[in-house]
Amino acid sequence: MSLIQLSGISKSFAGVQALKDVSIELDYGEIHCLAGENGCGKSTLIKVMSGVHAPDHGEMRIHGQKRKLLTPIDAINEGIQVIYQDFSIFPNLTVAENIALNTELAQNRKLVNWRKMKQMAKQALEKVNIQLDLDAKVETLSVADKQLIAISRALMHKAKLIIMDEPTTALTQKEVSSLFSIINGLKREGMTILFVSHKLEEVFEISERITILRNGKNVVSERVQQLDRDKLVFYMTGRKIEESYYEIKKDASIPILQTEDLGLQGCFEHISLQVKAGEIVGLTGLLGSGRTELAESLFGLRSATSGKIFIEGKEQQIHSVQDAIAQRIAYVPEDRLTEGLFLEQSIERNMVISVVDQLSSRLNMLNQTKVKSTVQDWIKSLGIVAHSPALPVKTLSGGNQQRVVLAKWLATRPRLLILNGPTVGVDIGSKEDIHQVIRALAQEGMGVLMISDDFPELKHNCNRILVMKNGRLVGEMAGKEWSQEEWTRLQETTS
Amino acid sequence: MTNPNGNSPEPITPISRSSFSLQRYLPQDASITRLFIIMLVVFVLMAGISPNTFLSLDSFTSMSFQFPVFGIFAFAMMLSMISGGIDLSIVGIANLTSIIAASVMVRMLPAEASASESLLYILLGVAAALMVGLVCGLFNGFAITKIGIPPILVTLGTMQLFMGIAIIVTKGQAIVGLPELYTKIGNGSLWIFPVPLLMFCLCILGTYVLLNKQSYGMKLQMLGANPTASFFSGVNNTRVLLTTYAISGVLAAIAGLVIVAQTNSAKADYGTSYILQAILVAVMGGVDPRGGFGKVAGIVMAVLTLQFLSSGLNALHVGNFFKDFMWGIVLLLVMVINEWSNRRKVRSIS
Repeated sequence: MSLIQLSGISKSFAGVQALKDVSIELDYGEIHCLAGENGCGKSTLIKVMSGVHAPDHGEMRIHGQKRKLLTPIDAINEGIQVIYQDFSIFPNLTVAENIALNTELAQNRKLVNWRKMKQMAKQALEKVNIQLDLDAKVETLSVADKQLIAISRALMHKAKLIIMDEPTTALTQKEVSSLFSIINGLKREGMTILFVSHKLEEVFEISERITILRNGKNVVSERVQQLDRDKLVFYMTGRKIEESYYEIKKDASIPILQTEDLGLQGCFEHISLQVKAGEIVGLTGLLGSGRTELAESLFGLRSATSGKIFIEGKEQQIHSVQDAIAQRIAYVPEDRLTEGLFLEQSIERNMVISVVDQLSSRLNMLNQTKVKSTVQDWIKSLGIVAHSPALPVKTLSGGNQQRVVLAKWLATRPRLLILNGPTVGVDIGSKEDIHQVIRALAQEGMGVLMISDDFPELKHNCNRILVMKNGRLVGEMAGKEWSQEEWTRLQETTS
Repeated sequence: MTNPNGNSPEPITPISRSSFSLQRYLPQDASITRLFIIMLVVFVLMAGISPNTFLSLDSFTSMSFQFPVFGIFAFAMMLSMISGGIDLSIVGIANLTSIIAASVMVRMLPAEASASESLLYILLGVAAALMVGLVCGLFNGFAITKIGIPPILVTLGTMQLFMGIAIIVTKGQAIVGLPELYTKIGNGSLWIFPVPLLMFCLCILGTYVLLNKQSYGMKLQMLGANPTASFFSGVNNTRVLLTTYAISGVLAAIAGLVIVAQTNSAKADYGTSYILQAILVAVMGGVDPRGGFGKVAGIVMAVLTLQFLSSGLNALHVGNFFKDFMWGIVLLLVMVINEWSNRRKVRSIS
């Protein structure tokens, strides 16, 4: 008998078949991974399990018992808890309030018993063996801590199955490993974990069994030992992806970007680096290492306080985004949703906003013909899949959204392209496409500075990789020679 | 031109262009269509209730002297709301500028001036009013962008400030006795079109061009939708916001000039209820209070709907009692319909 068994589940929304004859079975005390590209139906399947969506067809058994209609309350009473990507926590409340709130509400009491609330919160945190200031406002905590609060809260309800939806998206390497040890601890106590992810390394590291979905259908459900990286990628995307390394063909003499002793008070200092034409230079480091701040300084979002920036050999002052654009520098920011895109606005407008002045006549009148042709060109050359450029950009998938951001910047014809997390939240197929676009651009003579946490991405796309720590450059190596061990060594040995 | 391969983009064929623009207008038209239907329903209703008084040339002429003022205010409000802000000081600006204009025309004009002389002073007064409107708007924009105070607080403060200045200048008295020529122009007609209506049409045209044909308009709408992303995209947010509040100030000044002509006076505290009306008209016309979206056509229809409503009720001789009540009902109705249809759209997407 298994904890939960779904067989032949189908579900469609407004004519779109999200799930088609999907089956999944979770045993007691197992760490099961649900893998698949974005939009493959993972989220819908989770919502069926937690009672949010009722399936159109199919059978659901919990503890071997057949369940016809499952409401969210039923699911919680059965011990099924979901931790969503945004954790559903209240940033303005304290740690204790966040953990105990649901229980307080469930007991339907009119007055708050603060002492009891704190006690409950303390016990919950002890279960996952962590310590947090119970009176701290949650908004002041790190992402990892917020997640721990969400986990503790889930445990309050006598959870038997914890479903984690992409739990590692915003975590650093170190935080991921501490999350994994907590997951393993929960497993030892007999908890079942369903771990939803599309990051291959993690899937292999944590899970015992893997169920893979593609286009809303089951592809395979296997023990982890029977799968390897290539197979997994093949099952997820339906195509084989070859691994290769990026190397520059010829060495340009004058670097497109050169910095000398660049510094920004409190963020980074003594940064001297070069990016030549045709190079894809990787830049990595933990969150808070100063890598994002460095990129933002190069793009004029915050002015560097010391040092010099040379563009094609000439010293330049970059104090504003307009300065950077005038130097033909482009920056694809870290957070696509808040910094890169205008979600409600049309695809067309999102693509031309950076070149809107170039597409206008002397009296600032927009040239609609030029706008349309620019948009059509980029939709075609980046292979953006959209019904119409007039639709809001939020209707696109993650991969297509990122291509729109890329198009917006390529339209400015940059010579230096700074990418911050170019494929975060992008499915594997699109990721590969975006990498190919970037490589092609570099081969045509663009200089690329790619900031990323994704080690395989860096290894296979960068000819050089720079490592930052505590605001300084601490290491450099060729992409080919990059290894996890080298990274760990750099993090441990340098101060 | 910009193209990954470096070649110039191929000219697109007329066929693809026409199918393209059709798609472009389809989804956005839904709310405009709804507004149009509501306007028609109100019109037919009012015409049906009192066909003789409502459907007469007199009634239309009197209407077109009434709605231009709050219509122009609604445009000023629309621009600041699209930017994600609000401009509560427009009526304050209108009164201050009308007092400036009236002062120039009344106090500086020599007693026995010739027609050409009074025309000169009238033009001087108009220019001064527009200038002051521009400066007031820039002042709002400056406080919002450079000092960083939220628009609602800045303009709440300047609303009070501008009115205060106007009271000091006039010592609380109304300025009366404008040159006959000015009130004649202001209340006159070109052929059958009243001058205020023509001013309103000018504002429609100007706002439409600004919003839809100029790069400024696209920048404004993008900034309103997501100021962080527009900053990251190289839009000069400060400049766009300064421009927006400056234009809002100039539009308010135009409304002020229309008011002076109609009332033949300038007062420091005239028509303060216009502020809330302007916000409501803008929201009813489909301007997103969170910023980023707004259509000139929507504002025009909202203005006309409300005017038909109050004129129709006037014809029934219940206008003064029912006007506010009916306006409230219609505004809420439009918002409920908008909310419902949006919800339905969202549901079909998810």
